[in-house]
Amino acid sequence: MKNYSEDWEAVIGLEIHVQLSTKSKLFSGASTDFGALPNTQACNIDLAMPGVLPVLNEEVLKMAVKLGKALNAEINSPTSFARKNYFYPDSPKGYQISQMDKPIVENGYLDIETENGGKRIGVTRAHLEEDAGKSLHDDFEGQSGIDLNRAGTPLLEIVSEPEINTPEEAVAYLKSIHSIIRYLEISDGNMAEGSMRCDANVSVRKIGEEKLGTRTETKNVNSFRFVEKAIQYEIERQIHEIESGNKITQETRLYDSQANTTRPMRSKEFANDYRYFPEPDLLPVNLEKEFIEEVLKTMPEMPTEKKERFVSEFSLSQYDADLLAADKDIAEFFEEVTKVSNSPKLSANWIMGELSAELNNENLNIKESKVSSNKLGQLISRIEDGTISGKIAKDIFEKIWTTGKEVDDIIKEEGLEQVTDDQEIESMIDEVIENNPQQLEQYRSGKDRLFGFFVGQVMKASQGKANPRQVNDILKSKLEK
Amino acid sequence: MDLHKLSLSKQLEGLKKGDFTSTELTSHYLNRISELDGQLNSFITVTEDQALSQAKAADDRYKTNNNFFLDGLPIAHKDIFCTKGVLTTCGSKMLSNFEAPYSSTVYEKLDKNGMVMLGKTNMDEFAMGSSNETSYFGPVKNPWNIEYVPGGSSGGSASCVSAELAPIATATDTGGSIRQPASLCGLTGIKPTYGRVSRYGMIAFASSLDQGGVIAKSAEDAALILEAMSGHDPKDSTSLKLDQPDLTNNLNNPIKGMKIGLPKEFFEKEMAPYVLKSIEEAIEVYKSLGAEIVEISLGNINLSLPIYYIIAPAECSANLSRYDGVRYGYRCEDPKDIEDLFMRTREEGFGAEVKRRILIGTYALSAGYYDAFYLKAQKCRQLVANDFSEAFKSVDVILSPTTPGTSFKSGEKTNDPVEMYLQDIFTIPANLAGLPGLSIPCGEHNGLPLGMQLVGNSLEEGKLLQFAHSFQSNTDWHMKMPNI
Repeated sequence: MKNYSEDWEAVIGLEIHVQLSTKSKLFSGASTDFGALPNTQACNIDLAMPGVLPVLNEEVLKMAVKLGKALNAEINSPTSFARKNYFYPDSPKGYQISQMDKPIVENGYLDIETENGGKRIGVTRAHLEEDAGKSLHDDFEGQSGIDLNRAGTPLLEIVSEPEINTPEEAVAYLKSIHSIIRYLEISDGNMAEGSMRCDANVSVRKIGEEKLGTRTETKNVNSFRFVEKAIQYEIERQIHEIESGNKITQETRLYDSQANTTRPMRSKEFANDYRYFPEPDLLPVNLEKEFIEEVLKTMPEMPTEKKERFVSEFSLSQYDADLLAADKDIAEFFEEVTKVSNSPKLSANWIMGELSAELNNENLNIKESKVSSNKLGQLISRIEDGTISGKIAKDIFEKIWTTGKEVDDIIKEEGLEQVTDDQEIESMIDEVIENNPQQLEQYRSGKDRLFGFFVGQVMKASQGKANPRQVNDILKSKLEK
Repeated sequence: MDLHKLSLSKQLEGLKKGDFTSTELTSHYLNRISELDGQLNSFITVTEDQALSQAKAADDRYKTNNNFFLDGLPIAHKDIFCTKGVLTTCGSKMLSNFEAPYSSTVYEKLDKNGMVMLGKTNMDEFAMGSSNETSYFGPVKNPWNIEYVPGGSSGGSASCVSAELAPIATATDTGGSIRQPASLCGLTGIKPTYGRVSRYGMIAFASSLDQGGVIAKSAEDAALILEAMSGHDPKDSTSLKLDQPDLTNNLNNPIKGMKIGLPKEFFEKEMAPYVLKSIEEAIEVYKSLGAEIVEISLGNINLSLPIYYIIAPAECSANLSRYDGVRYGYRCEDPKDIEDLFMRTREEGFGAEVKRRILIGTYALSAGYYDAFYLKAQKCRQLVANDFSEAFKSVDVILSPTTPGTSFKSGEKTNDPVEMYLQDIFTIPANLAGLPGLSIPCGEHNGLPLGMQLVGNSLEEGKLLQFAHSFQSNTDWHMKMPNI
């Protein structure tokens, strides 16, 4: 497809559903654990038995207040709940308890970074609501099953302003939200398991035009990459439609990751009238000043703060600091490694290089790393103090990964200490020169690039253990003679 | 011995003294039910076996002096209160097969006090009605004259207490469903302050208006049981964070010097002469007891009926959405698909009045109408509440008729919903303002009883019962029972 960016502009707003990691549900005492047998975690309240009433799980208020703070937003007090009415088999009450007029979080923003620089994205609101159950269509011949384990699980729906203009910005925003909820430990943010879900509202317009185009909503895209691709597809589809003289229908679309397309799910023209009204079973909740202050005391250092500290305290580049701070676990691992190694820059390189490659290879997260932060720190400190070369360190890293042995034990057992004795290096160099008279001749007659050949030979003779800097210095002086 | 002629406190005294056992008392009522309820239809379910075993347990506790506060006293429960393992129908085909998997807080509180459940009483479907003619289980008859209605929606509770098939019954009141049937059956019925009695396990009609209470033969009996039913319940977020109130100790305190307000808006209206006469006589009684009569104004009271018929249907339209045939209750035969299951289950499972209110409520909440109907009704509701707050600065209770007249014949108003809705014109304001209200008998007309209503300030059900008890200590309207 042709490059659209010259005449067209996309307008994107994201609705992100974050499943909160409370022990029990939003309005009942039933457990929220993932993966239990169907309907074993649905109590009378979740089943919407006649006569039952909701009671708010106060843990969610704390989580929402923290999120509000992280999004630079206002906390509404009182905050109130509303009923959103619609019939669906996995919505047991026939309405969802959500928030309408007084969402707990309102008017915030988030600063994102893309290759094109920084940008501030407004966050309209974040409101609490209960999740629905799941319909199971494949397990019963000719019938559908319903699993209400998930019904009533607390969600925060974070709604952005339509201030995102590219798929890259959308992903940066989404990753930033992901990073925040993980830092706050209010959700595991697992997109594959559905504990973070993203719906994208997309429209396009000619650059310079004021009026917004008709938007579509693409639902439940379950990875960062798919969000980017789905939005990209949808932008191109809409431009193509309009340029072909067609109109965009306001509708909900589903992303098909196999085919990398979106297709209509249901038309919003016939959409439900949700008939919101204040939930009479729950009184508006007042969030006392003292309560909010207590909650804010438990706020951790957030990604942007951490990033700035990495730059100022460890002299990391903006790029490195950004990468490390984005994930709470990686940031913590980095700080532990640095504490032992005393070398922030080298620690950062190792984490983003060797370690990250190895983790990707085995599909592990950093908490599952087979090289602990302590061992990696020691390994790096042995490079720093000259005991081993960087090259040997990579071999040792592999050995720790597979055997779990201590750094110094491996060095000792395998005699991997770096050779730093000038005399010893000198004698190795002498031997190499002696054995390669032809190359020596050529070098001395002006073939400078043979210097590398001699370095290689010396390193080979030392089994990689010779200190490369010393080898360089001594070799240079010997060859010049 | 005519055990059913004894007041509740006399029955309790007899049980304690060993004059009779709970088994005897319970069997006495069970016998009366099997003998007389055929013509009244006041019970949907009689829990005979369970009642006798509860009675036996109470008797055993008396023997070992381990008895509870209300041990062995029988009670009937409106079939809106969930009772574990017992059919709980709410008067609807939709729940005609529904055995509750848990018990309401009201049932549990009374059960813990040792009360014996005789059965579940008939009611208008989902508590929507004022004549108990909308029940899927057939209409309930008024014991004073079985051609007449007992009122509704707690018609079964009123009918069975009036016929002395139970000494007392629980009931619920959303717009008058305790007070109106109490009035039409010559009984004492009290709806406490909103939030006094837990709504947990009480099947919802209109959540912001529903409140549980009792229908009894006297204020004294009502006070005894209401006290035990009340108190904060963490399972109901709208339940008031207050301990169980003391409703019995002040019953005999004099009302001398207290003030009774008469809302001029009620008395300016055309009122049936016999109603006015009974009310005036009641006022004279109070005057003679030293109460002062003050005319007050509730300027927005005339808005009450239209406000109610927006808010109650709106809430009910959502509350009744859960009856979809998926998880419990009635399900249509051979549904084609999920839409068909929803539509036919609800088409077949709900009666006409319930459908009418769901439709009204759905309409009032729909896009484009919400502001004009629901939001405006909520604002007006606040005006009505403000009028009451203002009035209670100068009076202790507010007195009016409970109903526009005595009972009416079965079928007389069934084809005219608005005429039926007018039954609750005096009772609805207290629900809108969340205030306690009670009805006590104060006269009769053509052999049918008539009640007066007292509305109190928030949390002052104790004062209401004191007013009612002092009236009943000086008159005998509440002693009159139908011949059945």
